[in-house]
Amino acid sequence: MKVIQISIFLENRAGRLAEVTKTLASANINIRALSLADTSDFGILRLIVDDTEKAFKVLRENGFTVGKTEVIAVEVPDRPGGLAAIMDILAKENINVEYMYAFVQQSGKGAVILFRINELDRAIDVLTKNGVAVLPGEKVYKL
Amino acid sequence: MIYNDEYETMPREALEAIQLRRLQQTVERVYNTVPFYRKKFDEAGVRPEDIKSLDDLKRLPFTTKQDLRDNYPFGLFAVPMSQIVRIHASSGTTGKPTVVGYTRRDIKTWSELMARALAAAGVSQNDIIHNAYGYGLFTGGLGVHYGAETLGASVIPVSGGNTKRQITIMKDFRPTVLTCTPSYSLHLWEVAQEMGVDFKRDLAIRVGIFGAEPWSERMRQEIEDKLGIDAIDIYGLSEVLGPGVAVECIEAKDGLHIFEDHFIPEIIDPETGEVLPYGETGELVLTTITKEGIPLIRYRTRDISALYKEPCKCGRTMVRMARVTGRTDDMLIVRGVNVFPSQIESVLMQHEEVAPHYVIIVDRQKALDVLEVQVEVTERLFSDEVRKLQELERRIEKDIKETLGISCKVKLVEPKTIERSMGKAKRVIDKRQI
Repeated sequence: MKVIQISIFLENRAGRLAEVTKTLASANINIRALSLADTSDFGILRLIVDDTEKAFKVLRENGFTVGKTEVIAVEVPDRPGGLAAIMDILAKENINVEYMYAFVQQSGKGAVILFRINELDRAIDVLTKNGVAVLPGEKVYKL
Repeated sequence: MIYNDEYETMPREALEAIQLRRLQQTVERVYNTVPFYRKKFDEAGVRPEDIKSLDDLKRLPFTTKQDLRDNYPFGLFAVPMSQIVRIHASSGTTGKPTVVGYTRRDIKTWSELMARALAAAGVSQNDIIHNAYGYGLFTGGLGVHYGAETLGASVIPVSGGNTKRQITIMKDFRPTVLTCTPSYSLHLWEVAQEMGVDFKRDLAIRVGIFGAEPWSERMRQEIEDKLGIDAIDIYGLSEVLGPGVAVECIEAKDGLHIFEDHFIPEIIDPETGEVLPYGETGELVLTTITKEGIPLIRYRTRDISALYKEPCKCGRTMVRMARVTGRTDDMLIVRGVNVFPSQIESVLMQHEEVAPHYVIIVDRQKALDVLEVQVEVTERLFSDEVRKLQELERRIEKDIKETLGISCKVKLVEPKTIERSMGKAKRVIDKRQI
């Protein structure tokens, strides 16, 4: 039920992000979701792509510092309070979220939220028990 | 425990009288037996009879590692080869090795000083010493070995390498003392873990005497916590003697007592050569005053330290030197503080999340020097959480501040972005316009 996210360490300098996207483009890799965390010195680009292994390989070959992180993807009803209900479940179980980001599916069925949580297995367990749809990696890569 | 009560706790005045007499004898002897010294003293316009007090030591010229190389291999020996009973050499990573020779009396002195050092660390004849310093041209192995025998302890001459066998020996022979480099002690711990051997539960080691490379208080903490032992710092260099020039006492673990009845220490400003007062940080300079084989006058160790003469609770009256934090090569002065790239390097080496590739950038902003250390992250320990990487930056900044006494900014950069050069790496970019 886990999704593999690719993380790239980037120094804050002009054109560095373009080099990442160009590398992925020439390898014919499609980006599903992304988020960029930044500080004054450096940024971390987090990506969900359609071919994780290939992306990891080409980025590394092109000299990027790449890491793989396990995250979970949760389908959230696209209406007010949809996300609130899920956050409430995690809060009640005292599960801490390191970071999260979201994207909306093309089909319009709902939003997908990606969570980075240290207690990944427990979070999956708790969410599933509460009837929340945790999406398997294969499904997310193909969305 | 104090091995030689008479000398180690001697009142300073009596000690200094002995030092002066021995210094005068040494200067007289090298002037008459070593052409190198005669030439240098003549050039400096100083004659042996000019040394009337310890203060006159500063009139003598320095001796450097280059002088030893220039006189390779035996040019600085002060006795005929027939009186030399042992030869050691340092590894020549940047040129010819430096070669030293010992007379029978030198070996006896060295053995006693090493016995004193072991005793200062709380070792007695009832102990078994696991000596994992390398045996060979390097002085570590044999130096500790002779000291252990002189003290009457049992010594296991295991030498370096074959780490798994070392763990088995430690388990079966139950040594109580470990002697090796500080980094090797942590490696031993790691290998023991892999073999399912717990230092605290399965081994009898209670004290470790570590030297031959710079280490920090932080590393001492780590070693003491992991191995469950007292970790003692020992100092020495082959040119001057080998291990046993100075050692911490287990009572205070606060500075290394220099065996001043055999060496006279000074701290100098490495730029000007000027002698600095007690308490100030600079380059350690040592003069041997009993050595026969290869006496050294004002030898520049290139090691950064400071001297303290406050009395120690162990009862020794000998001056203490601060833990060596780095080398004087490539010194920088930032906000009036001497900064040595190697000090920063030794801090970085303690953080496995970063590679030992770094560059130090000094700039001047509004009349204030600012120091930035750029260091490459390693892929192995890459975290994708901003908070963790920022914490790493703060942690390194804090450690650098503790080591150098100066604040700096640490900036993580991508791997392989810091320029590599063949030969000596360019570690410092000084952008200051003064």
